[in-house]
Amino acid sequence: MTLQIAYFAWVRERMGVADETVDLPAGVTNVSSLVAWLAARDARGQVAFAEPQRIRAAIDGVMMGLDAPLAGAREVALFPPVTGG
Amino acid sequence: MIRVAVQPAAIDIAAELDLHDAGGHGASASFIGRVRGDGDLTELFLDHHPAMTAAGLADLAHAAADRWQLSALTLIHRVGAMVPGETIVFVLTSSPHRAEALAACEFLIDRLKTDVMLWKRETFVDGRVRWVEPREGDGTRADRWNA
Repeated sequence: MTLQIAYFAWVRERMGVADETVDLPAGVTNVSSLVAWLAARDARGQVAFAEPQRIRAAIDGVMMGLDAPLAGAREVALFPPVTGG
Repeated sequence: MIRVAVQPAAIDIAAELDLHDAGGHGASASFIGRVRGDGDLTELFLDHHPAMTAAGLADLAHAAADRWQLSALTLIHRVGAMVPGETIVFVLTSSPHRAEALAACEFLIDRLKTDVMLWKRETFVDGRVRWVEPREGDGTRADRWNA
């Protein structure tokens, strides 16, 4: 399954890219397992996703929990808790 | 009238007030958030999601309009680089009644701190750069409105 991933704030800085398209391996079925896979994939991912509890996600423009399934998703956004206002 | 904007340009508060003045509304309440100049801060940068940030502000605006009797509502958030003293966020609510305008204004500023895709990055005079962490109190204030 092909998936577009977009990164924001310090997640983007640590990943070194704003977005990428990935081919998901079998077993990566929800946001949590996607984060774990990215953390294990390379050194940048290891740094960006060292603390998965600090990561929030949106699937196709809707905020979702880390247990949200990826089936049918086109774009996943990964980012830290928001700090606007 | 609901007006929502996410913009890199400076917020023209006088022009936004004029729009509400023209409506003849009985009461208006406003909130202005500015970049604080303490701690040798030289720049505040606001990161955002092109689609979701605007959608999040629009959702909040409509939630406020559903909950209180508002005749006009303006919600503008700046993004990009700013210096101390500049306005980051402007909330303006108008209603026939002051209580409705004040409550809606407070709801909007509390909830946009926790619900909208915006991230602050601070740069200091000595070159230090850090992303702002959410404050514990932000969630508490936002949750007050869940009823």
